[in-house]
Amino acid sequence: MDSEPDRKGPVLFYTKAVIDHFMNPRNTGELAEQDTDGFGMAGDPECGDQLKLWIKVHGGRIEKISFKSFGCPGAIATSSMLTALATGKTTEEARSITDDDVIEALGGIPENKKHCSLLGVRALQSAINDREARIREG
Amino acid sequence: MIYLDNNATTPLHPRVLDSMMPFLRDCWANPSSPYRFGHQARDAMEKARERIAKRVGCKTTELVFCSSGTESDNIAIRGVAHALSSKGGHIITSTIEHPAVLDTCKALERDGFRITRLPVNRDGLVDVAMLEASLCNETILVSVMHANNETGAIQPIEKIAAITKKRGILFHTDAVQSTGKLPLHFDGLGADLITFSGHKLHGPKGIAALFVRTGTPLAPVISGGGQERGLRAGTEHVAGIAGLAEAVDMAFEEQEPENRRIGLLRDRLEKQITASIKDTRINAVHAPRIPNTSNICFHGIDGESVVLGLDVLDICASTGSACSTGDPEPSHVLLAMGLSRREAQGAVRFSLGRDTKEDDVNTVVQALSGIVSRLRSISSL
Repeated sequence: MDSEPDRKGPVLFYTKAVIDHFMNPRNTGELAEQDTDGFGMAGDPECGDQLKLWIKVHGGRIEKISFKSFGCPGAIATSSMLTALATGKTTEEARSITDDDVIEALGGIPENKKHCSLLGVRALQSAINDREARIREG
Repeated sequence: MIYLDNNATTPLHPRVLDSMMPFLRDCWANPSSPYRFGHQARDAMEKARERIAKRVGCKTTELVFCSSGTESDNIAIRGVAHALSSKGGHIITSTIEHPAVLDTCKALERDGFRITRLPVNRDGLVDVAMLEASLCNETILVSVMHANNETGAIQPIEKIAAITKKRGILFHTDAVQSTGKLPLHFDGLGADLITFSGHKLHGPKGIAALFVRTGTPLAPVISGGGQERGLRAGTEHVAGIAGLAEAVDMAFEEQEPENRRIGLLRDRLEKQITASIKDTRINAVHAPRIPNTSNICFHGIDGESVVLGLDVLDICASTGSACSTGDPEPSHVLLAMGLSRREAQGAVRFSLGRDTKEDDVNTVVQALSGIVSRLRSISSL
């Protein structure tokens, strides 16, 4: 889907799905403290994009997920798509989402933007690790 | 569409297109050909050269036509380096040059030349005292741009020219962004080599020129049929040269009122942006600037995201130079001015032009305040 770029406007460079997730990012904002089972962060704002990501897990599945991003269109769109893909998945399933999965779901992103998609995947893995650490620590 | 990226390129003016058509359609001969048909093309080219020389204030024999500002920079810098390598191997440039100059110097550095890159102050102006202190017996060339393409800051090139002249060192300036926007007189400017390009002043792409002051030693970079007094071989782009003459004429005819109008619109744009959007920074605001350029940082968000948000609304602006778009590195110009990477990442360049209207400014400001607040609401900073 959406892999054929439209011959009009910015979709010449980005797919329609990328523009959609950039213009209307899903699952943005912070989760409240009491809703947060895990928090993850990726990137360094001093040398590029930064992503913060929160998850709430219920019955072993990701019930709520949200993100905030200081980043380029690629970082915003891939983070948004990642949260859409992870919603409802078990933490194990969510952990196995790769940057290629995110890029494929967006119908591709320009070559020089591919590194952006790693941010979301890393932040989600770190949020899942954080949740496990919280459980271990009780 | 609202086009605020005139420092990247400008639309071809219909008057310029008309001036080019005869040389594409009818008078298409090779200017070097020995028959009358060829002479017609040569005559047209030399008339165009005369018109340009008269406008910019130089001799006809001091203009070398070539294909782009980048090529013109290369002819100047490599040309001097190779002509004078036996006299010395030191070249001075600045940290804020266009990649055409920076990367050419880098290539020469790999060939053994020593390159000094002058720093700039917080307003993006080259440090002249540092320039003076960097000169040595080995220095063969100074290359400092006239107006910066990203911030519009006008460099103190008259001062630099006075220093290099006194020391007998050659001086090249890339005036691609200032030709047509400032009342330039090449001979009076004092530089020995000046680069300018057609498509930045509503001329066609594919034509540019280098002013070479009489007596300046220059080794040819492109060899072949000996065109352009041996300094740039290759069959001349007659239609482009005719178009360049028309574009230069037009720019110089309408320069004063047009620049005043554009300057007022630029100031209005900046005033409205700073009034309606918090936490912005206008770069090089205290420097003398060409009147069409505004470079603004929106704190906490990424400039490329602002540019895409504008693109969706059919507004064209850019982050810094078009040549480095897609590069994840923030602008080398803003970093050289002392901005942090985080600050520099939020920069957007608006470059107005002769088609910019007052209404465009209002539309852009309104679009920007929506985009910036949306991006800030999801920013992790």
